[in-house]
Amino acid sequence: MSAVVAPSGLDGAAELPPPVKRTPKRRVTRFILPVFTIGMIVYLAFPVFVMILYSFNIVANRQVAEFTCCTLSWWRNILAVGELNDALVTSIKVAIPGAAVATLLGTFLGLVLGRYSFRGRGATNFIIFLAIAVPEIVLGSSLLSMFVQVNNNKPAGISVALGYPTILFSHIAFSIAFVAITVRARVQGLDRTMENAAQDLFASPRVAFFKVTFPMILPGILAGFLLAFVLSLDDFVITNFVNGTTNTFPTWVFGASRLGIPPQVNVWGTVLFTIGLATAGLQVLKARRSEVGF
Amino acid sequence: MAKTASDTAGLIPEGLELPPARKGERALARRRRLAAYLMLSPGGLYLVIGFVIPLVIIVILSLSSGGGLFSSGGKTTFSWEWSNYSQAISDNWKIYLRSIAYAAIATTICIGLAYPMAYWIAFYGGRWKATLFMMILVPFFVSFVIRTIQWNFILGTNGLLFGPLKNLGVIPEDFHVLRTPVAVIAGITYNYMPFAALPLYVALERIDRRLVEAAKDLYASKSMSFRKVVLPLSAPGIFAAVILTFVPATGDYVNSTILGGPGTTMIGQIIQNFFLVRHLYTIAAAMSVILMLGMLVLALAYARVLGTEDSTLAAGAAA
Repeated sequence: MSAVVAPSGLDGAAELPPPVKRTPKRRVTRFILPVFTIGMIVYLAFPVFVMILYSFNIVANRQVAEFTCCTLSWWRNILAVGELNDALVTSIKVAIPGAAVATLLGTFLGLVLGRYSFRGRGATNFIIFLAIAVPEIVLGSSLLSMFVQVNNNKPAGISVALGYPTILFSHIAFSIAFVAITVRARVQGLDRTMENAAQDLFASPRVAFFKVTFPMILPGILAGFLLAFVLSLDDFVITNFVNGTTNTFPTWVFGASRLGIPPQVNVWGTVLFTIGLATAGLQVLKARRSEVGF
Repeated sequence: MAKTASDTAGLIPEGLELPPARKGERALARRRRLAAYLMLSPGGLYLVIGFVIPLVIIVILSLSSGGGLFSSGGKTTFSWEWSNYSQAISDNWKIYLRSIAYAAIATTICIGLAYPMAYWIAFYGGRWKATLFMMILVPFFVSFVIRTIQWNFILGTNGLLFGPLKNLGVIPEDFHVLRTPVAVIAGITYNYMPFAALPLYVALERIDRRLVEAAKDLYASKSMSFRKVVLPLSAPGIFAAVILTFVPATGDYVNSTILGGPGTTMIGQIIQNFFLVRHLYTIAAAMSVILMLGMLVLALAYARVLGTEDSTLAAGAAA
C-alpha cells in the first residue's frame, strides 16, 4: 500500500491501490452484506406477511397450512368469535390499568435510582436487574406458587381466585422493572445544569421539578408506559400460569392453536400490528420534528 | 448537591456564611434521603411482594412435601425434601440437556445471522441506519404466539414453503419439518433474533470510528482491522446477546409446543405441565428452581461483566 501520501487515505481517490487485492474486500461491504441485510429483513418480516395473507385465506372455520385465495369474509366477520372478543377485552382491561400502575410505581423507582444515592440503591438495582433477567417461566411459576400457598394457608384470612386479579397483579409485578429502567436511563441522561439554572432563577425546588425536570423526563415516562402496555398485551408465559380459566388474547390464541386458530386471529393480529406500526411511526415523526425544532 | 455547595464555596468570600450553609446542607441531605426512601417504598414494596417473595416461596415449595390441587386445601409442609430435586433431575436430565442444546444452537445461529446485519447497519447504514434498524424490530410488534403460529403455516406439509416444492416434485411427498427439532430451533431462532440483534447493534454503533481508521492508517487490512479492532470492541455486545438470547430460549415452551412434536419436549413444557395439568407443585417447583439457578449463574456473570445499569440490557429487554 502506498498510503504514505495521505495518512487518512481511506477515500483512496489519490492513491493507486493494487486492484486485485482490494476488489474482493470491497465486495463484502458493497454487495454481500447489504444483500444479506435485506434478506434478513425479508426473513424477519415474512411471518407478518403470512399473517396478513392468511387473513384472506379461504377455509372452513379454522386455519390450515394450505393457502387458497381469497376472501374478505374474516374481515367482515371480525367479531364473530365470541371467546376471542372476550379475551381481547380482558387483555385491554389488564393492559391499561396494569401499565398505568406500573408506570406510576416504576417512575418513582427510576427517578430515585437515577438521581439519589442511598443505602440499598445497589440492592434495588440488582432486584430490578433480576426481575428482567429471570426467565419468564420461573417468574410465572413463582407467582403461581405464591397464589397457591396463600390459598392453602390463608394468612389473615386472605384467599385469591386465579383470574383477572391475579393476572393484573402479575402484569404490574413484571412491568415495574421495565418502566424503572426506562425512566432511570432518561434521568441519568438528564442535564442537571438546567435544574440548577432554574433554582438560580429563584424557582423553588417544587417549581423547578414541575417546570424543568418533569417535562424533561416525561418522554421516558411515556416510553415506559408504552413498553409496559405492549409487554402486558403480548405476555403469554406468565399469564398462562396465573390466569385460571380467564383468557387473555395470547392465552386464548395459544389454546386455540391446538385445533387450529380461527382466521379472525389473523385479522386481529393484522389490526394490532397496524396500530403498533402507526404508533411507532408517529414516535419517529415526532422525534424527527423535535430534532428539527432544536 | 454536595458538588454545588463546594462550587459556591469557592465563589463566595472565604469563611463568610459557610457554617450555616453546611448546616442547611446537612438538613437538606437528610430530607433528600427521606424523600428518596418515600419515593422508593411503593414500587420497592410491590417488587418485594410481586417478585422477591414469590421466588422465596417457590424455593420453600421445592423443599416441601405433600401438596395438592389449587384451592382444594392440599397443604404442603416444609421438610428439606431434597428428594424433589433428585427426582426432578433423574426424571428430566435428558430434557434439561435438550433444552440447553436447542437454546445453544439457536443462540449461535441468532448471533451468526444478527452480527453481520448489525455490523453493516451500524457501519454502512448511513442516514438509513435508524430506518433499517426499525425494520428489523417492526415484525416483533406482532404477538409472540401469533408469530410462532405463522411458522406452522410456513413450514407445514402443504404450507407456503413446501407445498409448491412438493407440487413440483422437488422434495418427496413425505418430507416434513414440522414436529422435528429443526422446526423448534428455527422457531426459537426467529423469535429471539431481536434479543441478539439489539445489543449487538448498540455495541457496534458505540465503537469509535477513529479507531478503525487508525488501524487502517497503520496498514491493517480490512479483515485485520475487523478482527483486531471491531470484533474485540463489540465483545460486550456479543456477551449480552448470548445471555439475552440463551436465558429465555432455554425456558421457552411456546415454540416447542406449537412447532415441536413428541420428541422435542423442552423443560418449560414439563414445568408447565406439572404446575398446570398434574398439579405436582413440589417437584414442579424443584424443576423451576433448577432452571432458575442455572440461569442465575449466567445473569450474575452478566451483571459482573457489564453491570446492572448497562444500557444494552435495557435495549435487549425492550425487545
